[in-house]
Amino acid sequence: MDTAQASAVTNKTVTFRIWRQDDPNKPGHFDEFKVPYTKGANVISCLMEIQRNPVTVEGKRVPPVIWDAACLEEVCGSCAMNINGRVRMACSALVDKLEQPITLEPMSKFPVVRDLAVDRERMFNALKRVKGWIPVDGTHNLGPGPRQSPKDQSVMYVLSTCITCGSCLEACPQVTLDNDFVGAAAISQARLFNMNPTGKMQSEERVRGLMGPGGIQDCGKAQNCVKVCPKEIPLTTSIAVMNREVTKVMIKDIFFKDEEQKSHGGPG
Amino acid sequence: MAAAARFTVVGGGLAGLMTTIKLAEAGHQVDVLSLVPVKRSHSVCAQGGINGAVNTKGEGDHPDIHVKDTLRGGDFLAEQVSVKGMCHAAPGIIYLLDRMGVTFNRTPEGLLDFRRFGGTLHHRTAFAGATTGQQLLYALDEQVRRYEAEGKVTKYEYWEWLGTVKDEGGRVIGSVAVDLRTMEIRTFPAEAVCLATGGPGIVFGRSTNSIINTGTAAGRAYMEGAIYANGEFIQVHPTSIPGEDKLRLMSESVRGEGGRVWVPRKKGDPRGPRDIPESERWYFLEEKYPKYKNLVPRDVATREIFMVCRDLGMGIGGRDGVYLDVTHIPAKTLDAKIKGVMEIYEKFVGDDPRVTPMVIFPGMHYSMGGLYVRFEADSRTQTPLEGSPVNQSTNIPGLYATGEADYAFHGANRLGANSLLSCIYSGMIGGPAMAAFAKSQSTSAAAMPEKYFQDAKRYWEDRFATIKKMNGAENPYALARELGDIMTENCTVVRYNDRLKKTVEKIRELKSRWKNVNVLDTGNVANRALSYTNQLWNMLELGEVIATSALLRDESRGAHYKPEFSLPEPKTKDPREDADWMALWRKRHEKWAKTTIAKHSEQGPQISYEEIPTPVLEPEPRWYA
Ligand SMILES: Cc1cc2nc3c(=O)[nH]c(=O)nc-3n(C[C@H](O)[C@H](O)[C@H](O)COP(=O)(O)OP(=O)(O)OC[C@H]3O[C@@H](n4cnc5c(N)ncnc54)[C@H](O)[C@@H]3O)c2cc1C
Ligand code: SF4
Ligand code: FES
Repeated sequence: MDTAQASAVTNKTVTFRIWRQDDPNKPGHFDEFKVPYTKGANVISCLMEIQRNPVTVEGKRVPPVIWDAACLEEVCGSCAMNINGRVRMACSALVDKLEQPITLEPMSKFPVVRDLAVDRERMFNALKRVKGWIPVDGTHNLGPGPRQSPKDQSVMYVLSTCITCGSCLEACPQVTLDNDFVGAAAISQARLFNMNPTGKMQSEERVRGLMGPGGIQDCGKAQNCVKVCPKEIPLTTSIAVMNREVTKVMIKDIFFKDEEQKSHGGPG
Repeated sequence: MAAAARFTVVGGGLAGLMTTIKLAEAGHQVDVLSLVPVKRSHSVCAQGGINGAVNTKGEGDHPDIHVKDTLRGGDFLAEQVSVKGMCHAAPGIIYLLDRMGVTFNRTPEGLLDFRRFGGTLHHRTAFAGATTGQQLLYALDEQVRRYEAEGKVTKYEYWEWLGTVKDEGGRVIGSVAVDLRTMEIRTFPAEAVCLATGGPGIVFGRSTNSIINTGTAAGRAYMEGAIYANGEFIQVHPTSIPGEDKLRLMSESVRGEGGRVWVPRKKGDPRGPRDIPESERWYFLEEKYPKYKNLVPRDVATREIFMVCRDLGMGIGGRDGVYLDVTHIPAKTLDAKIKGVMEIYEKFVGDDPRVTPMVIFPGMHYSMGGLYVRFEADSRTQTPLEGSPVNQSTNIPGLYATGEADYAFHGANRLGANSLLSCIYSGMIGGPAMAAFAKSQSTSAAAMPEKYFQDAKRYWEDRFATIKKMNGAENPYALARELGDIMTENCTVVRYNDRLKKTVEKIRELKSRWKNVNVLDTGNVANRALSYTNQLWNMLELGEVIATSALLRDESRGAHYKPEFSLPEPKTKDPREDADWMALWRKRHEKWAKTTIAKHSEQGPQISYEEIPTPVLEPEPRWYA
């Protein structure tokens, strides 16, 4: 190795191409940055380095890049973005494992706020649509909840580790910027609450939340969601389970409507 | 005033959401402000679990023992009435969370499972894998979403609280906040305001905290006259993975499930951990603390690891770091109980901890200190009186604090898994206290003259306009790093007065350099550098409180350790049998078993000390050997 190369190693840098967009309604462009290399660095730690010295490779001083992050350990769900064309969590994207230049772009299925930050409100609205909660009677002390087997717990636990990152929506061909498909995450949450012994009591309401426009029937079974989920949630299984529940409710609607109405009539 | 009133809760972590639920449940309207969608709040990071003496393991556990462990663990600096209330409410809180659908781990019979944590000899910690905080936060988030769907709660996510609106009598009648996307500044009238804004980890630069935990709201409240108490008590967690951007926590549950801490007996041993036979490993915690072993309280474990590496030079390869070893535990057990943390290690370090011992070192983790709050004791039970407006109230009328942002529950050192509990409990009593306060006021905040709100709004519009024009030479993020470096260096595990003095001087220097900041961004949308530059000032204020409080407390207690002022080792195994030592202990105790009170002034924090009533437990030496 000659000396020039040796010094190149000690002054190693990482090159980033980062999407810049000042305003959701304005056109965007890429800025290129070089960041000093450190062992174990991830995409967020490099973005933090850029904050401390927001100068492009051309030597131009620019505003620091805007991105979302909080926990830096892949549990808050803030930092999903497209890295080298693939959606993933930036805080756990180790620079050593990425090809350079590292291209960062915002997710495309959510409105851009600025640069890499997007608005994921549709995901939280979807959770309202499927009534993703247990309607407890109140916060006073009513003793323990129902018993649950360790086996059920282990299935529900995995479902409830969804960090609402939006990766599954980003990868889904059925989700577009302007449609209202609820997406895999909310469908899987409906399954979670329907499995809970108390949540079961409202299972039909949740299933109905998945019916109608933008509901589960919009799923095209591309199975991209399950491949990109950073929490390895069995999304396609959840979709299959909920599809069956929807079918059951539909059949019930067709065959038992009359009898239900009769029996719900109450005392004459 | 009317029965249903409007309140503001700042913060959507566990504390803020529980405060919100209590208010909404009572029929009130709540505006919840949060820097990030509440579901992404820092509480999501908590791994290990939540304490409650449910005693399902036939160990004779009881809330009173939990009280004792907590007060002793905090070396008698905690507020006793609130601790007693919290520990007695704990089993009910865990049951409530269970009813809300938290996926707690189960025993074969289908009951809640409990694990052991530091500072206790009982299995008292309920857990959901190793992501308990996430599961708890989601449960409360879901309940709040339900209230939101019913129109009782309005969330303002990506909104930053900037300061209070006060009437001329000094009562808080609302807040000013900025929309972090549109940069619009507006006021939020409220009958009472609660700061549930979490801890100040980022004042230390790198910590186990989320990067949004700058402590800005507490810092600002302090500048507006709120007392900041016990600021010097900073918990450094014994086991974290050192990193450039963050110190990632390896939960205490790793030791709770049997993880062992060791270093090679031979200094600088070049062999890999798996090549070092059992007899050549030094399990220093087990050796020194045969009763609690690896589960001594955090401050004790942290100091031991620190001394092994820094004083003895026995760290792995002569550097900062010791082994945290779970390789003797079946991988299946690890995955069932602590998969979350195993994955963090694997993802960020690249080694599989089920096969190779982890390398860890202490990292800044938690602030026991925070905004000073009061409680009204029920004279029969010595727990917070239900429905009293005093509970969780700061010294500013109408301003409340809950969660890590308050100072009350943990004294000089917090026990593992007691924070999630104190967050939820403080919210459970804080919400009703705010409602009671509103009821006791003759005029409603909503009926106050518009002028108060306009003036406050104008103040903040001017301040932001001024900051936006700052085009000096200093980068605010680089200044923050300087603050973090010096705080970590001098204000964590071991403290010396000369270095603390230098730290205070350095912070003053950073404050003057702040005036020469370049705001970096003149954009009108999502201008984070603008909001950060304002936050940085508040961080500097808090840093000054922490360092000054540490400088002035000339003793060692819990997480605050000053070798120059430590008591000698007692001559007997049980210190109470050493009369001379007990005399020293008593003297120290009389002088220093007091709450540190910091009040803001232009010249820097004014520090005084307040007696701590002990209606629940008489202080005694804290001893774990
Ligand atoms: C890695 C890690 C693991 C932990 N594990 C455990 C454990 O196992 N058991 C345990 O008991 N404790 C644990 N803790 C401690 C515990 O997680 C925290 O103390 C607790 O979650 C704090 O909750 P909180 O509600 O007070 O604040 P946070 O959860 O930090 O929430 C603060 C809220 O305030 C908002 N906010 C802050 N400033 C502003 C502002 N200016 N304007 C608007 N909103 C604002 C934020 O957006 C956020 O919503 C752990 C801590 C860490 C760091
Ligand atoms: S299901 Fe997976 S990919 Fe989708 S939001 Fe949840 S964690 Fe992200
Ligand atoms: S920052 Fe929380 S998931 Fe990446």
